[in-house]
Amino acid sequence: MTTVTTSSQKAKVTLPADEQILITREFDAPRDLVFKAWTTPELVGRWWAGKRGEVTSAEIDLRVGGRWRYVMVTSDGFEVAFHGEYREIVASERLVSTEVYEGAPVPDPEAGATLNTATFTETDGRTLLEVLVECPSREVRDAIIDSGMEGGMQEGMDLLEQVAQSLR
Amino acid sequence: MARAATTTDAFNAVAEPRRREILDLLAGGERPVNDVVRALGLAQPQVSKHLRVLREVGAVDVRDDGRRRLYRLNGHALKPIHDWVKAYEESWSERFEQLDAVLDDLKKEQGDDDGDDE
Repeated sequence: MTTVTTSSQKAKVTLPADEQILITREFDAPRDLVFKAWTTPELVGRWWAGKRGEVTSAEIDLRVGGRWRYVMVTSDGFEVAFHGEYREIVASERLVSTEVYEGAPVPDPEAGATLNTATFTETDGRTLLEVLVECPSREVRDAIIDSGMEGGMQEGMDLLEQVAQSLR
Repeated sequence: MARAATTTDAFNAVAEPRRREILDLLAGGERPVNDVVRALGLAQPQVSKHLRVLREVGAVDVRDDGRRRLYRLNGHALKPIHDWVKAYEESWSERFEQLDAVLDDLKKEQGDDDGDDE
Protein backbone atom coordinates (compact mmCIF):
# COMPACT_ATOMS: atom_id res chain seq x y z
CA MET A 1 0.00 0.00 0.00
CA THR A 2 2.57 2.56 1.07
CA THR A 3 5.33 2.64 -1.49
CA VAL A 4 8.91 3.46 -0.67
CA THR A 5 9.51 7.13 -1.11
CA THR A 6 12.23 7.94 -3.56
CA SER A 7 13.95 10.84 -1.91
CA SER A 8 15.44 12.47 -4.97
CA GLN A 9 13.63 15.66 -3.98
CA LYS A 10 15.81 18.53 -2.91
CA ALA A 11 15.09 21.33 -0.54
CA LYS A 12 15.03 24.66 -2.31
CA VAL A 13 16.67 27.63 -0.64
CA THR A 14 16.16 31.17 -1.86
CA LEU A 15 17.04 34.57 -0.42
CA PRO A 16 13.90 36.71 -0.90
CA ALA A 17 15.43 39.74 0.87
CA ASP A 18 18.69 40.74 2.54
CA GLU A 19 17.67 39.46 5.96
CA GLN A 20 15.69 36.43 4.82
CA ILE A 21 16.12 32.80 3.92
CA LEU A 22 13.26 30.77 2.47
CA ILE A 23 13.44 26.99 2.54
CA THR A 24 10.82 25.01 0.64
CA ARG A 25 10.22 21.30 0.18
CA GLU A 26 7.29 19.09 -0.72
CA PHE A 27 6.49 15.93 1.24
CA ASP A 28 4.47 12.92 0.19
CA ALA A 29 2.31 12.99 3.32
CA PRO A 30 -0.67 14.95 4.66
CA ARG A 31 0.18 18.05 6.63
CA ASP A 32 -1.00 16.78 10.02
CA LEU A 33 1.71 14.12 9.80
CA VAL A 34 4.37 16.59 8.67
CA PHE A 35 3.39 18.87 11.55
CA LYS A 36 3.53 15.92 13.94
CA ALA A 37 7.01 14.94 12.75
CA TRP A 38 8.04 18.60 13.06
CA THR A 39 6.78 19.07 16.63
CA THR A 40 7.14 15.70 18.42
CA PRO A 41 10.45 15.32 20.32
CA GLU A 42 11.02 11.60 19.54
CA LEU A 43 10.33 12.20 15.86
CA VAL A 44 12.45 15.35 15.64
CA GLY A 45 15.23 13.24 17.10
CA ARG A 46 15.06 11.01 14.05
CA TRP A 47 15.48 13.64 11.34
CA TRP A 48 16.76 16.95 12.68
CA ALA A 49 20.46 16.06 12.65
CA GLY A 50 20.28 15.02 9.02
CA LYS A 51 23.45 13.11 8.21
CA ARG A 52 25.62 15.41 10.25
CA GLY A 53 25.40 13.64 13.58
CA GLU A 54 22.91 12.47 16.18
CA VAL A 55 20.23 14.27 18.13
CA THR A 56 20.95 13.82 21.84
CA SER A 57 18.07 15.90 23.16
CA ALA A 58 14.88 17.45 21.81
CA GLU A 59 12.63 19.38 24.16
CA ILE A 60 9.40 20.89 22.93
CA ASP A 61 6.87 22.81 24.98
CA LEU A 62 4.35 23.40 22.24
CA ARG A 63 2.36 26.39 23.42
CA VAL A 64 2.68 30.12 22.77
CA GLY A 65 5.52 31.34 24.98
CA GLY A 66 6.74 27.76 25.43
CA ARG A 67 10.37 26.94 24.70
CA TRP A 68 12.13 24.40 22.54
CA ARG A 69 15.72 23.19 22.61
CA TYR A 70 17.49 20.72 20.32
CA VAL A 71 20.97 19.35 20.87
CA MET A 72 22.99 17.22 18.52
CA VAL A 73 26.48 15.80 18.51
CA THR A 74 28.15 16.01 15.12
CA SER A 75 29.93 13.03 13.57
CA ASP A 76 33.25 14.56 14.62
CA GLY A 77 32.19 15.03 18.23
CA PHE A 78 31.01 18.63 18.51
CA GLU A 79 27.91 19.45 20.48
CA VAL A 80 25.60 21.87 18.70
CA ALA A 81 22.52 23.34 20.39
CA PHE A 82 19.67 25.57 19.31
CA HIS A 83 16.75 26.90 21.29
CA GLY A 84 13.87 29.28 20.94
CA GLU A 85 10.36 30.17 21.92
CA TYR A 86 7.01 29.55 20.22
CA ARG A 87 5.23 32.71 19.15
CA GLU A 88 2.27 31.45 17.17
CA ILE A 89 0.82 27.97 16.77
CA VAL A 90 -1.92 26.93 14.37
CA ALA A 91 -1.89 23.14 14.51
CA SER A 92 -0.94 21.52 11.19
CA GLU A 93 -0.90 24.91 9.46
CA ARG A 94 1.56 27.39 10.81
CA LEU A 95 4.25 27.59 13.43
CA VAL A 96 6.13 30.75 14.33
CA SER A 97 9.10 30.51 16.66
CA THR A 98 12.40 32.14 17.44
CA GLU A 99 15.69 30.31 16.96
CA VAL A 100 19.04 30.96 18.61
CA TYR A 101 22.26 29.13 17.80
CA GLU A 102 23.90 28.74 21.21
CA GLY A 103 27.39 28.35 19.77
CA ALA A 104 27.42 31.56 17.75
CA PRO A 105 30.89 33.14 18.11
CA VAL A 106 29.46 36.42 19.40
CA PRO A 107 29.09 37.91 22.92
CA ASP A 108 25.32 37.63 22.90
CA PRO A 109 23.92 34.76 20.81
CA GLU A 110 20.36 35.86 21.72
CA ALA A 111 20.90 39.01 19.65
CA GLY A 112 21.26 36.79 16.60
CA ALA A 113 17.86 35.17 17.13
CA THR A 114 15.91 34.57 13.96
CA LEU A 115 12.15 34.47 13.63
CA ASN A 116 11.10 31.34 11.77
CA THR A 117 7.70 30.86 10.20
CA ALA A 118 6.88 27.36 9.04
CA THR A 119 3.81 27.04 6.83
CA PHE A 120 2.28 23.68 5.94
CA THR A 121 0.05 23.64 2.85
CA GLU A 122 -1.67 20.43 1.79
CA THR A 123 -2.74 19.61 -1.76
CA ASP A 124 -3.97 16.15 -2.79
CA GLY A 125 -2.43 14.52 0.26
CA ARG A 126 0.96 16.14 -0.32
CA THR A 127 2.36 18.91 1.82
CA LEU A 128 4.34 21.94 0.80
CA LEU A 129 6.51 23.12 3.66
CA GLU A 130 7.81 26.66 3.57
CA VAL A 131 10.15 27.88 6.27
CA LEU A 132 10.85 31.60 6.22
CA VAL A 133 13.83 32.54 8.37
CA GLU A 134 13.92 36.25 9.21
CA CYS A 135 17.26 37.41 10.56
CA PRO A 136 18.08 40.53 12.59
CA SER A 137 20.68 41.56 10.00
CA ARG A 138 22.19 40.55 6.70
CA GLU A 139 25.37 39.56 8.60
CA VAL A 140 23.45 37.01 10.67
CA ARG A 141 21.73 35.73 7.51
CA ASP A 142 25.09 35.35 5.79
CA ALA A 143 26.62 33.58 8.79
CA ILE A 144 23.74 31.08 8.76
CA ILE A 145 24.23 30.36 5.08
CA ASP A 146 27.98 30.03 5.64
CA SER A 147 27.34 27.41 8.33
CA GLY A 148 26.04 25.11 5.63
CA MET A 149 29.54 24.75 4.23
CA GLU A 150 30.46 22.68 7.26
CA GLY A 151 27.55 20.34 6.74
CA GLY A 152 28.52 19.75 3.14
CA MET A 153 32.00 18.67 4.17
CA GLN A 154 30.94 16.49 7.06
CA GLU A 155 28.67 14.45 4.92
CA GLY A 156 29.66 10.93 5.79
CA MET A 157 27.65 7.78 5.93
CA ASP A 158 24.26 7.65 4.43
CA LEU A 159 22.09 7.40 7.50
CA LEU A 160 18.96 7.77 5.46
CA GLU A 161 19.60 4.42 3.84
CA GLN A 162 19.75 2.80 7.27
CA VAL A 163 16.59 4.45 8.56
CA ALA A 164 14.74 3.53 5.41
CA GLN A 165 15.83 -0.09 5.68
CA SER A 166 14.94 -0.33 9.36
CA LEU A 167 11.40 0.67 8.47
CA ARG A 168 10.83 -2.23 6.11
CA MET B 1 31.22 36.84 5.88
CA ALA B 2 31.57 40.53 5.13
CA ARG B 3 31.87 41.28 1.48
CA ALA B 4 33.10 44.50 -0.05
CA ALA B 5 30.27 46.78 -1.06
CA THR B 6 31.29 47.01 -4.65
CA THR B 7 29.05 47.07 -7.66
CA THR B 8 31.31 44.53 -9.34
CA ASP B 9 30.15 41.89 -6.89
CA ALA B 10 27.18 39.71 -7.85
CA PHE B 11 26.07 39.60 -4.20
CA ASN B 12 25.84 43.36 -4.05
CA ALA B 13 24.15 43.60 -7.41
CA VAL B 14 21.28 41.40 -6.26
CA ALA B 15 21.08 42.93 -2.77
CA GLU B 16 18.83 45.71 -4.10
CA PRO B 17 15.14 44.66 -4.18
CA ARG B 18 14.42 46.46 -7.45
CA ARG B 19 17.31 44.72 -9.14
CA ARG B 20 15.98 41.40 -7.91
CA GLU B 21 12.63 42.32 -9.45
CA ILE B 22 14.38 42.95 -12.75
CA LEU B 23 16.13 39.58 -12.55
CA ASP B 24 12.83 37.84 -11.75
CA LEU B 25 11.25 39.52 -14.74
CA LEU B 26 14.11 38.59 -17.07
CA ALA B 27 14.04 35.03 -15.77
CA GLY B 28 10.84 34.76 -17.82
CA GLY B 29 12.72 35.61 -21.01
CA GLU B 30 14.41 38.39 -22.92
CA ARG B 31 12.65 41.78 -22.62
CA PRO B 32 13.00 45.19 -24.20
CA VAL B 33 13.90 47.91 -21.73
CA ASN B 34 10.44 49.49 -22.06
CA ASP B 35 8.85 46.32 -20.73
CA VAL B 36 11.10 46.45 -17.71
CA VAL B 37 10.22 50.08 -17.08
CA ARG B 38 6.52 49.32 -17.32
CA ALA B 39 6.70 46.22 -15.12
CA LEU B 40 8.59 47.99 -12.36
CA GLY B 41 6.64 51.24 -12.49
CA LEU B 42 9.84 53.24 -12.09
CA ALA B 43 11.17 56.12 -14.14
CA GLN B 44 13.32 55.13 -17.08
CA PRO B 45 16.58 56.67 -15.68
CA GLN B 46 16.26 54.65 -12.46
CA VAL B 47 15.66 51.47 -14.37
CA SER B 48 18.63 52.22 -16.61
CA LYS B 49 20.80 52.71 -13.54
CA HIS B 50 19.79 49.33 -12.11
CA LEU B 51 20.29 47.64 -15.46
CA ARG B 52 23.75 49.16 -15.69
CA VAL B 53 24.75 47.69 -12.31
CA LEU B 54 23.41 44.30 -13.34
CA ARG B 55 25.26 44.54 -16.64
CA GLU B 56 28.52 45.43 -14.89
CA VAL B 57 28.50 42.21 -12.88
CA GLY B 58 27.37 40.31 -15.97
CA ALA B 59 24.02 39.33 -14.42
CA VAL B 60 22.26 40.58 -17.55
CA ASP B 61 23.33 40.79 -21.17
CA VAL B 62 22.07 43.34 -23.62
CA ARG B 63 21.77 43.35 -27.39
CA ASP B 64 20.35 45.74 -29.94
CA ASP B 65 17.47 44.63 -32.09
CA GLY B 66 16.86 47.47 -34.51
CA ARG B 67 15.79 50.34 -32.29
CA ARG B 68 15.11 48.20 -29.26
CA ARG B 69 17.58 47.27 -26.57
CA LEU B 70 16.86 43.75 -25.37
CA TYR B 71 17.96 42.54 -21.95
CA ARG B 72 18.30 38.95 -20.88
CA LEU B 73 19.37 37.11 -17.76
CA ASN B 74 22.84 35.59 -17.60
CA GLY B 75 22.56 32.90 -14.98
CA HIS B 76 26.26 32.17 -15.13
CA ALA B 77 27.15 35.40 -13.34
CA LEU B 78 24.83 34.46 -10.50
CA LYS B 79 26.60 31.17 -9.98
CA PRO B 80 28.70 32.41 -7.02
CA ILE B 81 25.47 33.04 -5.13
CA HIS B 82 24.08 29.70 -6.13
CA ASP B 83 27.26 27.96 -4.97
CA TRP B 84 27.19 29.83 -1.67
CA VAL B 85 23.65 28.73 -0.92
CA LYS B 86 24.12 25.20 -2.23
CA ALA B 87 25.90 23.69 0.79
CA TYR B 88 23.25 25.10 3.13
CA GLU B 89 20.56 23.78 0.83
CA GLU B 90 22.26 20.39 0.84
CA SER B 91 22.17 20.16 4.64
CA TRP B 92 18.41 20.84 4.59
CA SER B 93 17.95 18.29 1.82
CA GLU B 94 19.62 15.70 4.03
CA ARG B 95 17.42 16.61 6.96
CA PHE B 96 14.30 16.38 4.84
CA GLU B 97 15.32 13.01 3.47
CA GLN B 98 15.37 11.75 7.04
CA LEU B 99 12.00 13.42 7.60
CA ASP B 100 10.65 11.53 4.56
CA ALA B 101 11.54 8.28 6.33
CA VAL B 102 9.80 9.42 9.52
CA LEU B 103 6.70 10.34 7.50
CA ASP B 104 6.65 6.95 5.77
CA ASP B 105 6.65 5.40 9.20
CA LEU B 106 3.83 7.64 10.45
CA LYS B 107 1.75 6.82 7.39
CA LYS B 108 2.22 3.13 8.07
CA GLU B 109 1.24 3.53 11.71
CA GLN B 110 -1.86 5.41 10.70
CA GLY B 111 -2.73 2.66 8.23
CA ASP B 112 -2.25 0.04 10.97
CA ASP B 113 -4.41 1.97 13.42
CA ASP B 114 -7.23 2.13 10.89
CA GLY B 115 -6.99 -1.60 10.30
CA ASP B 116 -6.59 -2.68 13.90
CA ASP B 117 -9.36 -0.47 15.20
CA GLU B 118 -7.41 0.22 18.39
